[in-house]
Amino acid sequence: MSPRPDVVIVGAGMVGAACAAALAREGLHVETIGEPAGGATAAGMGHIVAMDDSEAQFALTSYSSRLWDALDLPPQVERERRGTLWVAADEQEMAAARAKHSFYTAHGVQAEVLDERALAGAEPELRAGFAGGLRVESDSVVYAPAAAAWLARDVPHRAGATAVSVAPRRVTFSDGSSISCGAVLVAAGVASTALLPQLPIRVRKGHLAITDRYPGFLRHQLVELGYLKSAHGHAAESVAFNVQPRATGQILIGSSRQYERADARIDSPLLAAMLRRAFHYMPRLAQLSVIRTWTGLRAATPDSLPLIGQLQPGPWVAAGHEGLGITTSLGTAAIVADQMMGRATAIPAAPYSPGRAVA
Amino acid sequence: MSAPQPLCGMGTCFGCRVDGVRTCVPAVPRPGPRRHAPVLIIGAGPAGIAAAEAAASAGAQVTVIDNNAAPGGQIWCAEGRTLPSGVQLLAATTVIAAADAERALLTAAGIISYGRLILCTGARELFLPFPGWTLPGVAGAGGLQALAKSGLVRVDGRRVVVAGTGPLLLAVAAWLRRHGAQVVRIAERTSWRKLAAFAAAMPQSKWGDALALGLGAGPRLRASTWPVRYTPGAVELNSGERVACDYLACGFGLIPCTEVAALLGCRLADGAVAVNEWQETSQPAIYAAGEATGIGGVDQALIEGEIAGLAAADAHEQAAALFTSRAEAHRFRRVLAAAFALRPELTQLADADTIVCRCESVSLAQLLSQPNWRAAKLQSRCGMGVCQGRICGPATATLFGWPGAAEPVRPPLFPVPAELLA
Ligand SMILES: Cc1cc2nc3c(=O)[nH]c(=O)nc-3n(C[C@H](O)[C@H](O)[C@H](O)COP(=O)(O)OP(=O)(O)OC[C@H]3O[C@@H](n4cnc5c(N)ncnc54)[C@H](O)[C@@H]3O)c2cc1C
Ligand SMILES: Cc1cc2nc3c(=O)[nH]c(=O)nc-3n(C[C@H](O)[C@H](O)[C@H](O)COP(=O)(O)OP(=O)(O)OC[C@H]3O[C@@H](n4cnc5c(N)ncnc54)[C@H](O)[C@@H]3O)c2cc1C
Repeated sequence: MSPRPDVVIVGAGMVGAACAAALAREGLHVETIGEPAGGATAAGMGHIVAMDDSEAQFALTSYSSRLWDALDLPPQVERERRGTLWVAADEQEMAAARAKHSFYTAHGVQAEVLDERALAGAEPELRAGFAGGLRVESDSVVYAPAAAAWLARDVPHRAGATAVSVAPRRVTFSDGSSISCGAVLVAAGVASTALLPQLPIRVRKGHLAITDRYPGFLRHQLVELGYLKSAHGHAAESVAFNVQPRATGQILIGSSRQYERADARIDSPLLAAMLRRAFHYMPRLAQLSVIRTWTGLRAATPDSLPLIGQLQPGPWVAAGHEGLGITTSLGTAAIVADQMMGRATAIPAAPYSPGRAVA
Repeated sequence: MSAPQPLCGMGTCFGCRVDGVRTCVPAVPRPGPRRHAPVLIIGAGPAGIAAAEAAASAGAQVTVIDNNAAPGGQIWCAEGRTLPSGVQLLAATTVIAAADAERALLTAAGIISYGRLILCTGARELFLPFPGWTLPGVAGAGGLQALAKSGLVRVDGRRVVVAGTGPLLLAVAAWLRRHGAQVVRIAERTSWRKLAAFAAAMPQSKWGDALALGLGAGPRLRASTWPVRYTPGAVELNSGERVACDYLACGFGLIPCTEVAALLGCRLADGAVAVNEWQETSQPAIYAAGEATGIGGVDQALIEGEIAGLAAADAHEQAAALFTSRAEAHRFRRVLAAAFALRPELTQLADADTIVCRCESVSLAQLLSQPNWRAAKLQSRCGMGVCQGRICGPATATLFGWPGAAEPVRPPLFPVPAELLA
């Protein structure tokens, strides 16, 4: 067997892969376990987005965005610097767009307010009559499963192993065997609570639909400003207009949020509501051919911020990234690496400390 | 062929516009009223027709839906069949997804709820990649037949090589000859010994006629022979022979269509829908019959359909009287499987740059580094295209032994305008 690893990471999704890459860069001997490219990672959208829901969320998303920008990603990651277009349906949302604009510019993120005409010019397929929008140039799109595979490409992976319990320096597998190591990092997405029941993570299921190829139909990742109500509100069920152009010319149509549904089943009324929301914004989407629909499970926390750091006492955790884990995987990994190496973190890490939420 | 072929010819690409003939044709949606069918049958092939007749004769109110324009299924689609009077047919209607309620399906004609459901969704061809198999001029055996039936390609006077394995090849060859094609070679990869054993074990059935016709091809039939490379205008066989042709029609056996069953949570076993003695699946009130439960030909489809129809109409006593005949049909199923089992050579035909996933243009080389089907999908896009892996899934399951490669597709079962799901 290989020498005793410094860190065993339970989880090989985007977050586990990013942490593995960051820790391996520190010269640590790292091993990952779990399904490569993960659960949510294989199901999500891959929008790299700066989010201003709270100062702490903005700090982590914008830090992470800069880390994504600094990576020299190979072609299969399909990074496209699409930018985000936040659509303001009415004057009230236009006010929100302006507030968002001042926040972003004050924090050094390039953003531009669009009026009705400029919005129509930027995305001709949008229905006419929306008040305007906000364009954030620096946001991008990636294909997360390839990004995760690429980041973790040189990190040893134990294929087929499932963890049943974790201790600060030991992982026990379903076949009864175990491995001891310098530290354990749990990055198991929604399944993290099976190993660490004290984590305040709830399942938040989402639906997506993907179309056939329609190159040029969309230019930006488009999100309604009302999205923030859906993503950061805590209603049992909600939908929002959120569409993404893929490098293939396909279009991903989202999004839905539904608490406490841990099965993969398509909820057809919710899928229908999600699609109708999209048609409301972009009528011609209704005619595009949908080739597949699926669901994915987000790991939601009460304050919408991830859990990053060492439990006291206990293993390390990097989970609870809800709908932003592709974006925030890199910032998360940097924080974990800095903390494990005993360095100061680049952004204050207290807001993400798992201790804040765990009694 | 002169003009580039606009169709994959494999019967699964959904790019086809061969209305009313192939199962790959997504029916144009005609959103209709919500309706209820006490007994709903999916598929109007031999199994579906037999089920409809049996259930109707036992007094049930029956609705049949099929994505083709007329009843008949794979075998009778050209001549057409009629359903017993009183049975409602929704033709050119595709099952797309499970609907919002228990026991309801979203179809191209709207939502249909049911009391009992009988799945008679048939089979499709298995294709294995070899160099040149994606070129114009190469089609599925059944695929070429269907394209010809629909008038999209002309076979009269054309030279056709029929290659692969299974009795379907002979049936197709016979059909092509009846329609004026010059069948210049039939390359059957199974051995003469197994072919002879198969012929000896054959019941009086459609297959029997087909085999007789095919054997009439005489010297043009080669056993232990298969295609190793196609270049425009000619196919090279493993024997070293190069046969000039206008079309290469190939197929490596049949695989059950299990998408609707999987969508509804019915248990699958060995790639087919698992059923009990009443043809009932693991889901209560859902039955399955015909090729969907395992490849066995038309006699099996007819007897299983009849039993399923009777059982679904609660005529269990009548159904039980048919168990012996069904056992006979199942014996033929085993004979078939033994005679035409795939040989390892067939999995070695593709070159590194042979395309395996046609929808997403994924080559064999891109797949060799993948440990399993899930990784192949996520990292190479294999199976992520419009057909959802209906062709490359079974092919990679055969090539690499990947479990799950023939896994169920996700809804919608066929590409549909987004508005249909809303
Ligand atoms: C519909 C949808 C859309 C989204 N869109 C975006 C977006 O546009 N932008 C964005 O930034 N984020 C988005 N997200 C969120 C993002 O996908 C997730 O936050 C992210 O993928 C989480 O990654 P993860 O590595 O934490 O978890 P996962 O990808 O779920 O990986 C979990 C890993 O843990 C392993 N594991 C679990 N239990 C065990 C065990 N017991 N033993 C061993 N291994 C185990 C799994 O096998 C897997 O490898 C979206 C999510 C969804 C569902
Ligand atoms: C391409 C091909 C050609 C064949 N040709 C011959 C031949 O010439 N001679 C011969 O003896 N045998 C032939 N067979 C074998 C044939 O499968 C059996 O002989 C017999 O027809 C099987 O009957 P069945 O009712 O089980 O299925 P099928 O006859 O295949 O009928 C299934 C029906 O269900 C419909 N269906 C499936 N899914 C859906 C859906 N989601 N929504 C709506 N409708 C759906 C299909 O369109 C089809 O009409 C052929 C098989 C194939 C695949």
